[in-house]
Amino acid sequence: MLHYLEKEAHKIAETGEAPRIIIENVSRRKFLGGALAASGFVLAVRVPDAAALEPLKPYPTGGEGMPHGYGKASDPHVYVAIDKDGAVTIVTHRAEMGTGVRTSLPMIIADEMEADWSQVKIVQAPGDEPLYGNQDTDGSRSMRHFIQPMRECGAAMRQMLETAAAAKWGVDVALCRAKAHHVVLLDKAKKETDKKLGFGELAEAAMALPVPARDTLLFKTPDEFTLMRKGEVKITDLRDITMGKAIYGADVRLPGMKFAAMARPDVLGGKIKSYDATAAKAVPGVEGIYEIEGVYDVPRKFGQLGGIAVVANTTFAAIQGRDALQIEWDDGPNASYETVAYFKAMSETAAKPGKVIRKQGDFDKAFEGAKSTFTGEYHMQHLVQAPMEPLVCVAQIKDGKAEVWAPVQSPYGAREDIAKVLKLPIENVTVHVTLLGGGFGRKSKWDFMIEAALISEKMGGAPVLLQWTREDDTRHAFYHTVSVERIDMAFDGGGKVTGFRHRTVAPSILSTFAPDSGYQFPIEYGMGFVNTPFDVPNILCENGQAMAHTRIGWYRSVSNIPRLFAVQSAVCEAAHQLGKDPKEFLLELIGPDRTIDPKASGYPEDFWNYGDPYPEFPIETARLKNVVRLAAEKAGWGKELPKGQGLGIAAHRAWGTYVATVVHTEIKEDGTITVPHAVTALDCGFYVNPERIRSQIEGAAVMGMSHALYSGITFKNGAVEQSNFSDYNIATMRNFPKKVDVHIVEPKPGQHACGIGEPGLPPFAPALANAIFAATGKRLRNMPMGEKVV
Amino acid sequence: MATLTVNGESRTFDGDPGTPLLWYLRDVAGLTGTKYGCGQGVCGACTIHLDGVAVRACITTIDMAEGKSVTTIEGLSTDGEHAVQKAWRELSVPQCGFCQAGQIMQAASLLAKNNAPSDQDIVEDMSGNLCRCGCYQRIHAAVRLAAGGV
Repeated sequence: MLHYLEKEAHKIAETGEAPRIIIENVSRRKFLGGALAASGFVLAVRVPDAAALEPLKPYPTGGEGMPHGYGKASDPHVYVAIDKDGAVTIVTHRAEMGTGVRTSLPMIIADEMEADWSQVKIVQAPGDEPLYGNQDTDGSRSMRHFIQPMRECGAAMRQMLETAAAAKWGVDVALCRAKAHHVVLLDKAKKETDKKLGFGELAEAAMALPVPARDTLLFKTPDEFTLMRKGEVKITDLRDITMGKAIYGADVRLPGMKFAAMARPDVLGGKIKSYDATAAKAVPGVEGIYEIEGVYDVPRKFGQLGGIAVVANTTFAAIQGRDALQIEWDDGPNASYETVAYFKAMSETAAKPGKVIRKQGDFDKAFEGAKSTFTGEYHMQHLVQAPMEPLVCVAQIKDGKAEVWAPVQSPYGAREDIAKVLKLPIENVTVHVTLLGGGFGRKSKWDFMIEAALISEKMGGAPVLLQWTREDDTRHAFYHTVSVERIDMAFDGGGKVTGFRHRTVAPSILSTFAPDSGYQFPIEYGMGFVNTPFDVPNILCENGQAMAHTRIGWYRSVSNIPRLFAVQSAVCEAAHQLGKDPKEFLLELIGPDRTIDPKASGYPEDFWNYGDPYPEFPIETARLKNVVRLAAEKAGWGKELPKGQGLGIAAHRAWGTYVATVVHTEIKEDGTITVPHAVTALDCGFYVNPERIRSQIEGAAVMGMSHALYSGITFKNGAVEQSNFSDYNIATMRNFPKKVDVHIVEPKPGQHACGIGEPGLPPFAPALANAIFAATGKRLRNMPMGEKVV
Repeated sequence: MATLTVNGESRTFDGDPGTPLLWYLRDVAGLTGTKYGCGQGVCGACTIHLDGVAVRACITTIDMAEGKSVTTIEGLSTDGEHAVQKAWRELSVPQCGFCQAGQIMQAASLLAKNNAPSDQDIVEDMSGNLCRCGCYQRIHAAVRLAAGGV
C-alpha cells in the first residue's frame, strides 16, 4: 500500500517532517447539475431519496498526490477504444488480485458511457503511470481514488458519441442521448424516437472529436446506473478461471524459456561465505548456476536478498538443483533475532513511557485520580501474506531491453527499479501484469522481479521463469510487524472512562525504507492508533522503540490488525469490569454524533488520514455508531444463547470505511473454537459493486479467523521457523466462519467511495476474542489464540 | 519411458520418472491450469484426477501415473460446462481464482463418487483445498448446487 512511502520516508528521515494533511480547493472543479436529475417522469413514479438523484460532484482525494496521480486517466483515448463493429475495449490499469478491480473499474466507464457490458472487452495495462495514473494496487485505493477519473472518462466518451451523432444527423446535441450502446435521437419533447446509431457507427467520428473539458461533463445520477450498484456483473475472468485458462505469473510461456529457483540467506543480511554446486550441477536438467549479489546496505528497500540461482529445463529440476546446493552463510548481526526474547523486551518497553504521539488532556492525572483502572496487554506475532500463488516472475533481458511479466501490485515502481538496476532507460523496460493469485501486500514488493531480471541478464538474455517455492515465500517475505499493544484506562466512580492510554511497540515498516530509528511513523500512527474516535477527555498515545531484525512490510490492513485487536478487546474487558454491555459501552465510548476535530482532539500535526484530505474524508461518529447498531441488530445482539456460545463485537473506521462485525462463536466440547455465524455491517459511502464487496467481506472473515487462531511467524537464530502451510496454518473448510452476512449501508449525498479490500479484516479477530470471552469467561490476549480454548 | 494418458491423449515421457506430475504437466506438456501452491500436498491447488480420483499432482510422480489416465482442469469438460464449473460461475465463487482449478477438480471427484453429499461430506472432502481469499462459504454452496447436476 505504500510504494509512495519511499519518498515520504526519505523526507521524514532527512527533515523530520512528514507530509501535512492535503486540503484542496474544490471550487476549481465546477459542479454542473446532471441533465436528467429532475426528470418529472422519474418523480412521478416514485420519490427517490436524495442520493439517487445526485450526480457526481467532483471532490479532491489523495489520488492526485500519489506518484503520477491520475495520469491521463480521464482521457477516453487512453482508456477506451471502440471498433467499427461496436466492440468496446476498456483498459484496466490496476492489478487484479481477487478484489474484482478488473471488473469494477471498467464497469464504471462502461456504465457512464452507456456501453453494453456484453460488448466490452477488458485489457490489462502494462506498468505506465504517466499514461494511466498511479498503479499501486494497495491501500484500498482503486475505487477511492479512481472512481472520479473513470466516471470522467466514461462521461467524456458518452458526450463525444452524442456529439458525433448530432453532427451526423445535423441536430442539436441536446437531442442526442446515449443509451444501451447506441445514440438515440430525441424529439422536441425529449422523447426517444426510433432513430438511432450504434456506437460502432459513431466510433471513428467520436474519437476524432476533442475531449470535452472537465467542467462540461454531465454525470449520470445513481437512478440511471445500469451496471454500478446492481451487483449483476460477473467478474471478467470468471469463465477462464473455471476452465484453467486464466493466466497467472507462472503461466507465461516464451519460446526457449528456462526455469529458475534460488537459494537465499535464512537471516536478513546474510552473505555467502562459500558454496559447492557440484551436486546441484549433477541434477538432470540443471543448466546453469549463477551467484546473485544482494542489496546489503541499509535501507534495503525492495532490493534482492542475494544468493544463488539454479537454472534448469523444468521448475522441478531447478528446485532440486537449488536444494542440492551446499552453501555456508555468514549470517550477520540479525542472527540474534529470537521471538520469545523479543516479546519480553517489547513488553518491558510497553510498561514504560514512550514517545508521545497524541496527547489530549492529562492522562496521568486522570489515572492517578481514578476510582478504578484497567490494564491490558495484547500480543501479535508476525504474519506472512502467503498468497496461494507464490512469487514468480518471467524476465527476458536482451539487446538493451527488458521485458518482464509478473503478478505484481506495483508494476510501475518495479519498472523504475528494474531500469535502475539494469542501467537501462525506462522506455526500454516493459512490465506486463498477469493475474495475481492473491497479493495481500506481498506483491507490492518487487524484489522477486529484480532477481528474475538479474538471472536473465546473467544468462545472456534467455527468457527465464523464476519460481519461488512456498518455503521461499514463507521465509523471505516482508512480514507484518510483530507487536505489543498496551491499553490503560481510568474510570470514575460512575463507571465513566476518564482516561485512555494506548502504547504501541512494534518494528516499523519505515525500517525498510530509511535508517531504523525503532519508532513508527505517521502512516502507522494513522491506523487505529492516534485516530481511535473515543469521547474520553484524557487520551495519550505513546510509541515505544522496537528495532527491526527482518524485513517489515505491509499485509492487508497493516497496523490496524494489532491495534484494533487491542483496543476492541480492551473495550470489552472494561465493559465487563464495569458491569456494562460491551456493545452499549462501545457506543458510549464513541460518544455523541460529531465530526472528529483532529486538532482539538490532540492528533499529531502530521496526522495521516489514509492519504486523503480530511475535510472530504472526515471521521464521523454517527456513521460508526450506525454500523455498530446495524451489525448488532442483524446478529440478534442480546439474545439468549446456549452454554458455550457467545457474541462479540468490534468496530472501526479505516480507509474511510466504517465497519462493525459481530462474531457468534460456539465452543465445542473439546474446546475447539468455531464460528457458525458472523455479521458485518459496513458504510463505505458511494459503492459500485455490492457483489464484490460481499465477497471481500466473506474473505476477510476467513483471513481474520486465520490470524486470530492459527497463523504466526516466529524467528529463531534470526531465521523464520515456519516453512509451508503445514506449519503456517490458515483456516480451511474444516473450520471457517460458516455463514457471513454483509449489510451495506446506503450512501448519503456527498459520501465518497472508500476502501473495501482491507477495512473488513481487522474487526474479526477482536470480535471473536470478545465472543470467546462471552462464551467461556476466558480472555485471550495473544494472537494467534490457538484453535482451542484450554 | 513412461506412458500415460492426459486428457484423453496418449503421451510418453522419458525424463526422470520421479518427476511430479505437476511439473510434467506445466513445464513439459504445457498445461498450466494446474497450479503450484505448496509442493507438499497440503494446499490442493494442483488437484487433478488420476483414473477419475482426485490426487495432488505435486506429490504424484510420473511413475505413479504410468499406464493411467490423467485429467486436468483443461480436460474436465470440452466447453467449460461441467456442472461444477457452472455452479462456480453461478455463485461467483472465485476471488483471485488461483486455487479454483484445484477446488473444482476436487469437487468434481467428490460428486462423481457421491452425488448427494451431506454438508459434512463436503467439508471433509474439500478441507484439503486451501483458499487464502477465503471463498469457502461459496465453495461449499457451489458443491451443493452442483450436486443436483452431476
